[in-house]
Amino acid sequence: MLSIDPSKRSSLERRICDGDLVIVYERHDKVKAVRVQKGSDFQNRFGVFKHSDWIGKPFGTKVLSNKGGFVHLLAPTPELWTLVLSHRTQILYLADISFVISYLEVVPGCVVLESGTGSGSLTTSLARAVAPSGHVYTFDFHEQRASLAREDFERNGMSSLITVTVRDIQGEGFPDEFCGAADSVFLDLPQPWLALPSVRRMLKQDGVLCSFSPCIEQVQRSCEVLGAGFTDIRTFEVLLRSYEVREERIIGTEGVQDSPVGSLPRKRRQCISRDVNNDSKEITTTISTVVARPCRETRGHTGYLTFARLACS
Amino acid sequence: MAEKDCSGAGHQAPTLAAAPPSPIPRETWEGCSVLLDINDGDRLVFARLSPAATLKIGNKKCSLGPLLGCPFGALFRVEDGPGGPYLARCSPSSRPQGFRGSKVLFLGPGTIDNSMQESEKGNTTENNRDNRLLIDNNTAQNLSSNDIDTMRKEGATGDEIIEALIANSSTFEKKTVYSQEKYKRKKQKKYAPKVLLRRPSTRSICETYFKKFPARTGFLRVDTLSLLLCMANVGAHSDVLVVDMIGGILTGAVAERLGGTGYVCSISFGATPYPSDIVRMFNFSNEVRSRIVQIPFSDLCKSHESLESSESLLNTKESSTLTESSSYKNSIAISAEPINQELDLMEDQPVSNEEMLTFPANSEPNPLSSNSCSTDTIDYKHENNASITHEPVNKGRRPPPEIVDWWKTNGFSSLIVAAPESDVGTIVQELLPLLSYSAPFVIYHQYLQPLAMSMHRLQNSKMAINLQISEPWLREYQVLPSRTHPLMQMSCFGGYTLSGIKICNSDTCEK
Repeated sequence: MLSIDPSKRSSLERRICDGDLVIVYERHDKVKAVRVQKGSDFQNRFGVFKHSDWIGKPFGTKVLSNKGGFVHLLAPTPELWTLVLSHRTQILYLADISFVISYLEVVPGCVVLESGTGSGSLTTSLARAVAPSGHVYTFDFHEQRASLAREDFERNGMSSLITVTVRDIQGEGFPDEFCGAADSVFLDLPQPWLALPSVRRMLKQDGVLCSFSPCIEQVQRSCEVLGAGFTDIRTFEVLLRSYEVREERIIGTEGVQDSPVGSLPRKRRQCISRDVNNDSKEITTTISTVVARPCRETRGHTGYLTFARLACS
Repeated sequence: MAEKDCSGAGHQAPTLAAAPPSPIPRETWEGCSVLLDINDGDRLVFARLSPAATLKIGNKKCSLGPLLGCPFGALFRVEDGPGGPYLARCSPSSRPQGFRGSKVLFLGPGTIDNSMQESEKGNTTENNRDNRLLIDNNTAQNLSSNDIDTMRKEGATGDEIIEALIANSSTFEKKTVYSQEKYKRKKQKKYAPKVLLRRPSTRSICETYFKKFPARTGFLRVDTLSLLLCMANVGAHSDVLVVDMIGGILTGAVAERLGGTGYVCSISFGATPYPSDIVRMFNFSNEVRSRIVQIPFSDLCKSHESLESSESLLNTKESSTLTESSSYKNSIAISAEPINQELDLMEDQPVSNEEMLTFPANSEPNPLSSNSCSTDTIDYKHENNASITHEPVNKGRRPPPEIVDWWKTNGFSSLIVAAPESDVGTIVQELLPLLSYSAPFVIYHQYLQPLAMSMHRLQNSKMAINLQISEPWLREYQVLPSRTHPLMQMSCFGGYTLSGIKICNSDTCEK
């Protein structure tokens, strides 16, 4: 999934091989992760796709089903992975993930602590940010979730960058051996304030903490505890608004176009059809124009992101 | 993740692999670039540390020498010494504590339940106080400015003056705890200015520009920049093609994520690279810097045909189809004026004339170029008489030919375009063929229309899928006991992005 291994990386030359992970793209909201296996099939409402047809094709290719339907086969990235991974918990999405990584100042070589691991959505992006020489140590108190996440990371070729451990960080804190070793720490816990004294001991000086909490009451209590030993405490909410773009036909009249307000911008093809009606002198025109507007529904809230820096001693 | 039950099993402790040398410098050194945050962001100054470097704070000129060898995050105060004003490190305890000065009601960890109760109690007494007794007749302060001057002459510290001001304020006791804190902060800024030593990183550099000179970075907000980096899958060993016409912030941000692996290849239309002065604000190692390369578009073209289209692209750039374009340029030009005058950047600028000449973009009337900036800062340095030595900077380093050939056969791993004044739609159509199949790309723009047009065009040309125009929305909160709410003033716009994934068109790529 990451470009650490140049031989696995998508290029103009590289072809899909048996055993590769591909992202099957139907629509922007219909994507699926599939492991290519000779002899296997992929089925969706467009029909049956044979994996053997995929092998040898470049990533990004459109492939056909037995019924003539099509999907695209994409190379996996952490962003696509976030869309396809199996949700064992509520996960973090692109807007939060990207902001967290920038604000935690994660760069290659960093040591990052995370709890909990959850479904591994953020962990995958953290791994990309610390690669090739850094490491993400991620902790979850749920045995099964931890092992499922570990399997995912192994299959996606990231086990050299991520270590998953079962541990109750709220109850026990982070292991002592990470004392003063963490460049940044990420918490997604129900009671993050319980883990903060431990976080304080783990961070390097000027290291950054992020705590993700869906509820403002959690933020409130965390900030009260952060007062001790932390500085630069800031809480944010970050969301994405998506836009839909289409070509619209707009009907106007000649009279309107000559109005002092001016005509509508006609950026693209202009298909002006004139219906000259013999009975009246009114001339109507149809203008084709590209328009954009926000999508009607969106995610309204994910969580509050509270950042703090370990105060300098 | 809301389960409180701990399974208890599987407690094998992870072992911390032999810790690699930290990629993040934690202390300053001579010649390093720093960001000085004066009075909680009132003023933000980039400086290069040397024993001779100085900075004027208020009307006091202080040497930056005391900052050498100090940890990033350290706090300093202007103190008056026998040899004039100087910067003294202050311990975190003497720092006006905590988030927006609210620590009064907070206790340390371990006493959470107590602290909650106390803060609630605090709030009840607190709530009885309000502003009914405050009358604005300008008689609340009994200390005159002459009194303060006398105190200063007698060698009183800033803190002592603030204490005297509080003692002589007839209304201070009647204020709420919060407005008392606010009063103290206001006085502290005036009488005991403080300087916070920050490390220049993508986050701090982008925030500084967005706050102080947004036009220079194309009004790119930090959350938008973060999105660009993720949407373009920037990580170690990737070869990222960028069109960076926003001063080098994008190139620097990508280089930071590459950490000395892969390449960030900044492409230019025309022979001269775009200005990238902001790259110098980062403290990049030679290893990281060597991964920043610049190349003209014509050098990456595979055939004569595309060369021609590169020329036509240049032409379309001139006669931009955007109606807003001209007025937009004007607005930038106007806003650029005061920005350059108030310029607070002590960048390490090219000092010799030779180096100045290697930045040809300076000669173009590009409002986003840092032409006037270099002059200003050079004057500034001259005035300060600080001889600033600096490592050789990246002067439009070209990629090695074998790497260019490799890119031609394999393609770049992703593309980021931030070209506020160009026809981004055409740029993307031209650059997509240079990407590998399934490569993600993202275009930044502060206007929606060019992205909508570009998206429509890409949809029709069937060159890309997963096309999406997004606008990040960022809201900061004030978090205080019983006083939590979004900030009263916020940035409500950080730019738009158009992202997508290049596909392999069956006519061209299937063999």
